[in-house]
Amino acid sequence: MEFTEKHVEGLKELLYKMADDLLIIGHRNSEWTGLGPMLEEDIAFSSMAQDKVGQSLALFELLHELGESDPDTVAFTRNDHQFHCSQLVELPIGEYDFSMVRHFFFDHAEAIRFEMLADSVFEPLSMVARKFKGEIKYHTMHADIFMQKLAAGGEESFSRMQNSINETFGLALGMFEPGKYEEALIESGIFGGEAELQRRWLDKVLPLLESFGYVVPKVESTEPAFGGRHGIHTPHLQPLLDEMTEVFSIDPGADW
Amino acid sequence: MSNSIKVLLETVMDPEIPTISIVDLGIVTSIESPQPGHAIIELTPTFSGCPALRIMEQMVHDKLAESGYTHIEVKTTFNKQWNTNMITEKGLIALKQHGLAPPPKHNGYIELDVLSDTPCPYCNSRNTEMQTPFGPTLCRSMHYCKNCLNAFEAFKPVS
Repeated sequence: MEFTEKHVEGLKELLYKMADDLLIIGHRNSEWTGLGPMLEEDIAFSSMAQDKVGQSLALFELLHELGESDPDTVAFTRNDHQFHCSQLVELPIGEYDFSMVRHFFFDHAEAIRFEMLADSVFEPLSMVARKFKGEIKYHTMHADIFMQKLAAGGEESFSRMQNSINETFGLALGMFEPGKYEEALIESGIFGGEAELQRRWLDKVLPLLESFGYVVPKVESTEPAFGGRHGIHTPHLQPLLDEMTEVFSIDPGADW
Repeated sequence: MSNSIKVLLETVMDPEIPTISIVDLGIVTSIESPQPGHAIIELTPTFSGCPALRIMEQMVHDKLAESGYTHIEVKTTFNKQWNTNMITEKGLIALKQHGLAPPPKHNGYIELDVLSDTPCPYCNSRNTEMQTPFGPTLCRSMHYCKNCLNAFEAFKPVS
C-alpha cells in the first residue's frame, strides 16, 4: 500500500515517542551506575541503560532517513515540551523499589511493542524491532526475577514493592496514551495501535504480578497519567535534559 | 574477489574479544566488490548499544585500505539481524579460548534455564549457576562453577 501523508506523520509520531522513551529511561537507568544496591544490580541497570540509548539511536536514525534532523540534534537540542516520552520514564529513579517496578512495567510494554512491530509493513522499522526483541528478552527476564525475589523478601520488601506497584500503575497506563494517527497506523499495517498494545500488556503483567503474590491493581479505578505523548511533562524532565546536554551546550558546534 | 575480501576480514579481530574474527562472530552480512579495488561491506551490530561498532567499522576500513582497496564503503545496517547462531564453529572455539563459555545453539526462544545450565569453560562441568545475565559487556553474562569453584563469563545466547 502507498503511504499517504497521515501514514508518514503517524510513523514519525510513533518513532519519536519510542525513541524518546528509550533515551530518557536509558538516562534514568544510568543514574544507578555506582549506586546500585549491589554490584550485579549496578551493572544490570548500567547495561540496560546502554541497550536503551543504543536502541534510541537506531530509531533516531530512522527518523533522520524520513527527513528529520540528525540524531544528536534531535536528542540534545529539544526542550521538554518537544519530547514525546511518557511521564513514567522521566521520573527520578527514587528508591530501588520504584525503579524496579518501572523497569518491569516499561520493559514488558516494550517487548510487546517490538513483537508487534516485527511484523510492521514499514520494513526498516520491522528490522530494528526484530533486533530489539532479542535484546529486551534479558531486560524482562531481569525484571521478572527481581519482582519475584522482592515479593518473597520479607514484610518490608513486600510492602515497599506493593506500594510502588500501586503508585506506578497509573503512570504505566500513561504509556498507552493514543496518538493522533492511531487509525492510520492500524489500517496501513505500520503498527497495531496503543489500545491493542495495552490489552496485550495487561494480559502479560497482571497474571505475573498475581503469580509473584502481589495484589493486582485495578485498571478501571486507575487514572492513566496522560500528557507525555503530547509534550505535557512533569517538572522532572527539563532538569534531566539540562543535565544530559550540559557538556553539549557548552559548545553545540564542537567537532567531537 | 569478494572471497579475497572475506579472507582479509578474517584477520580483523573483535576489539573486546581478540581471539575471534568479525567474520567468525557472524557480523559481516554482505561483501561486494563490483569492480577491482572496490569493496562494499555491510556489518550488523551484535547489540544496538555496542560501543565497539564504530571501532570495527574503522578497523574494516583500515584493513581494506592497507590491502590496496581504493573505494571502500562500510555500512552498519539491521537488514539482517544478528543472533548467536550466526557465530561459526571456529568462532565458538575462539570464544572458549578467551575463557568465555560459548552460547548454545537456540531455536529462537531463550529462557532462563538455558543460561543456568551453561557448561564451565575451564572444567566443562554443568554444575554451574548464573549469577547475573549482565556482565562487563552487553554480550556477556556472569556465572559460577560449583565444580572447579571458578567464576566465569559466558557469551550469552541472543535470538
